[in-house]
Order: sequence, then C-alpha cells, then structure tokens
Amino acid sequence: MAYSNKVIEHYNNPRNMGSFPKDEKEVGTGVVGAPECGDVMKLQIKVEAGRIVDAKFKTFGCGSAIASSSLATEWMKGKTLDEAEKIKNTEIVQELSLPPVKIHCSVLAEDAIKAAITDYRKKTGSNGSV
Amino acid sequence: MKLPIYMDNHSTTPMDPRVLEAMLPYFTEKFGNAASRNHSFGWEAEQAVDDARRQIATLIHADPKEIIFTSGATESDNLALKGVVEMYREKGDHMITSVTEHRAVLDTVKRLEKQGIKVTYLPVDKEGFVNPEDLNKAITDKTILISIMMANNEIGTINPVVEIGKIAKSRGVLFHCDATQGVGKIPVDVEAMGIDLMSFSAHKIYGPKGVGALYVRRKNPRVRLAPMIDGGGHERGMRSGTLPVPLIMGFGKACEICMQVMPDESKRLTQLRERLKEGILKNLDEVYLNGHSTKRLPNNMNLSFAYVEGESVLMGLKEIAVSSGSACTSATLEPSYVIRALGVGSDLAHSSIRFGLGRFNTEEEVDYVVKRVTETIQKLRAMSPLYEMAKEGVDLKTVQWASH
Repeated sequence: MAYSNKVIEHYNNPRNMGSFPKDEKEVGTGVVGAPECGDVMKLQIKVEAGRIVDAKFKTFGCGSAIASSSLATEWMKGKTLDEAEKIKNTEIVQELSLPPVKIHCSVLAEDAIKAAITDYRKKTGSNGSV
Repeated sequence: MKLPIYMDNHSTTPMDPRVLEAMLPYFTEKFGNAASRNHSFGWEAEQAVDDARRQIATLIHADPKEIIFTSGATESDNLALKGVVEMYREKGDHMITSVTEHRAVLDTVKRLEKQGIKVTYLPVDKEGFVNPEDLNKAITDKTILISIMMANNEIGTINPVVEIGKIAKSRGVLFHCDATQGVGKIPVDVEAMGIDLMSFSAHKIYGPKGVGALYVRRKNPRVRLAPMIDGGGHERGMRSGTLPVPLIMGFGKACEICMQVMPDESKRLTQLRERLKEGILKNLDEVYLNGHSTKRLPNNMNLSFAYVEGESVLMGLKEIAVSSGSACTSATLEPSYVIRALGVGSDLAHSSIRFGLGRFNTEEEVDYVVKRVTETIQKLRAMSPLYEMAKEGVDLKTVQWASH
C-alpha cells in the first residue's frame, strides 16, 4: 500500500503521543476499537473553562490509524468541546488522503474524539459548553 | 551492505545470475519452437527442454516424462485439482484438503465445491501440522483426491508428507502436494513421499517468473488428468501451448543449482534464521514464534509481536522487505487465516511478521534487521494503548471493547 506523505509524516513524527493520568478531573478519555479488529485508539483531552488546552493519543493500529489519531489531537487543541465535537471523519480522510480501505481509521478517530468528550462531560457532570 | 534489504523470499526470489546466463541464448540465437519436429531450430529447442526436464526431475527424484510445464504453481494447483476431479468424477465426489493451504488450492477447491464436490477441510494443530490420523478418518469410499501442502508459505511448517503419502497409497486415493515452498529448500523425493501429483514453481528457487511444473505420476498408479487448456497436445496432452524455452532453461538451471547447494545452503539459512530469532527475542519481550521451532523451512521465521499491529511495523521497517499477516496488508481486511488456524487470538494474527531468508542474505543484514525490528517495536509499543494497559496489569481479555 502506498501511503500519502502526510500519513508518513505523522507516523514518523507523531504529535502529542502519550497519556494523561486518567483520574484527573480535567481529563477526558476515549478508548475505541478492539484488538481483534486490528485497531484500538485512546484519545485524551485536558479541558479548562470549556476549551481543550491539551490532547494526547496512543494507538494500536496501522499507519493510517496512527496518523488519524495524531491529526485528531492536533485539531482538537484550542477548540471548545462543541467545536471539537464537530470534527468529521471526512475531513480527516481529505487531509491525509486516505484511500477507501482506510476510511475506517478516520471513523475510529471521530469516534475517539466523541468518546473523550463524552467521558469528560460525564465526569464533570456538565455539558462543558461555555 | 546495500539498502533496501530483501527478506521476503517466500514471495519470490531474485534470479541467480547463473540462471540468467543459461536462459539468454534461448531468446535470440536459439529461438526455435520445441514442437517443430522438422528442422534444426526445433530440434535444438527440444533438446534444451529435454535437458531442463531432466534437471528438474532429478531434484524431485522423478522421471523426466512426469514433468508437465505450466505457467507457475497456481496453474499447477488448478490443473491438478480440476483435472483429477473431472477425470475421476465417476469414481467419487469427495476430496480432502487442509485449512492452511495456499489460496491457489483453497480457491480452486471452493470452485469445485460449487460444482458439487464435497470437501473435508482438515484442521491443523497449534504449530500448523496436519494430523495424519485425521486424514485417515476423513477418507471415504467416495474420496478421489487428497491435497495437502508440503511446507506452509507463511509459517514454514513442514507437514508429515511421508505419512500422508502412505495413508493415501494404502487407501487408494490420489495425493496432490503443493510443494511450492518445499522444492529446492528441503529434500523432496516423490517416490519416498508417495506423492502422485506435485506443484512447484521456478521463481521461488531463484529461477524466472512465469514457469512452473506439475509432477504427474506415470506408474503405480498412472495418474490421468483432464486438461484445462486445449490445443496442440503438448505435454502429453495435459497442457497445450508452445513451451517457453528460455524460462524452462532457467527453471532447469535453478533446479540444478539447488541440487548442488542445498545441504550447505540449508545449514547456512538455518543459522541465519536462528541468529535472527535469538537476536530479536533477546531484545524484546512478548514475542511469539508461529509454527514449529525446528520442523520448519530453513529460511522461514514468523513472529507475532504482541501489542503492535503488523502493517505499522512494516511501515517502520521501510528499508526492509518483509511481510505481515495483518488484515491491513491484505485486500480482504481479514488477518491471516493461516495464523488464525493455529488458534492464536486474532490480535496476535494482526501482529505477525514473516521473515523469508534467501540465498543472498548475509549475517550483516540479519544483524541490521534485528536492530531495526527492535527499534520499531519499541517505538510502536510506546505508542500502543494495549502495551500501556498490559503494563498496568490490565488483562486485555477481560476488557469490554467497543467493536466497530
């Protein structure tokens, strides 16, 4: 499979790779996917006053899955929860020039974004909007 | 040492320069059609083909007349299975194969199934072996063919072919063996192994692409085949079409070289394989060997690296050519059916990497690959949420995954 330059770039230099302590109040964690399916993504956000001030990811998956989650953390940073929630998988597909067989990687990234936001809202009991 | 490094020799092999040399005259000067019986151009080509046929037959302990040239092992598998079923259909409608066969066998068998043939798919054990006792039990009075591979193309497991051949003979069933990965790598003797039909190919043994052979037994029993390609009646009527003389010359030379170098080469490749395995296992934890530790092809190493996905490993090893059983590297998005058949979890199937050593690999290359595999796996594990969870003591099998 030939990768786009952007996928290769994210694979070689993943943005925001790592973890926040899950228990911290301002951290929301989303884990999606399954090992049997060949990809698991963990996205974490750190929220201050309704805005995502930092994000981190860890991914088990192919190069496109790694690039999709790396890109997602980049895009989430600085956005409000409501704005981040609107990130669409199709935008990730476009930005990374993902071929049709890799679209599921972008879907997973969108799911991970939503899961992290949901987790944060559940934790804080707020809708997080400002 | 030159980059990139080629370590995917189950897929194909580079041609040995001696093979190319043997082929060259037959493109231009000696271009005759081996079927032209009435002039010297034809005689010259026919003589050349006869010589090559003898070289090939010698490698597998067959009679030269038992070698039928094809375009490659896929065609040989198709011809053997479809040809036998069509010819012996009146005798029975049942055949036996195994779940880890190559696609060229499995897809052919599926087509035959659609045409009404009943098929028993034998399972394999956790190291990839077919159990001869299972085979014996599966044979009925309607069984006309057994098709079991010699050595597996992914995990290198070498089946107990002699025992399978004995059972086939004692029960009076024809035995086809896909020996594409075995011929030229391990000693093959169609007599001692009781093989009636055998597929193999030139490009897996440092010969050219586009030519292969089907061994078809002529005595005890005389195997008959319905041809798939009709025409001039070449190859005892089993496979018509003008013989590709240059390719056949290359095939013959490749077999001759294998015959000469096999004892030394297999010893050398086994040493390289063990060096590769020990190097990786010394540097990394939770690496699992797929297949058997010794009853495997000398050049095959297949490892699963827990918590990382195969395609991302290949991406990290961009200057090294190896392959993966990961779904992401296949058109079907399913992880390797061979690794799955061993009973390992599909997470480990997604994590498998196949190293295929060959004649031109060196110790220096192996050491380089060990180093680069180690770096890549370490990097990907640092990135893996599964590795993190496992190190925190989470049992991944008890996690409720959100499947997609």
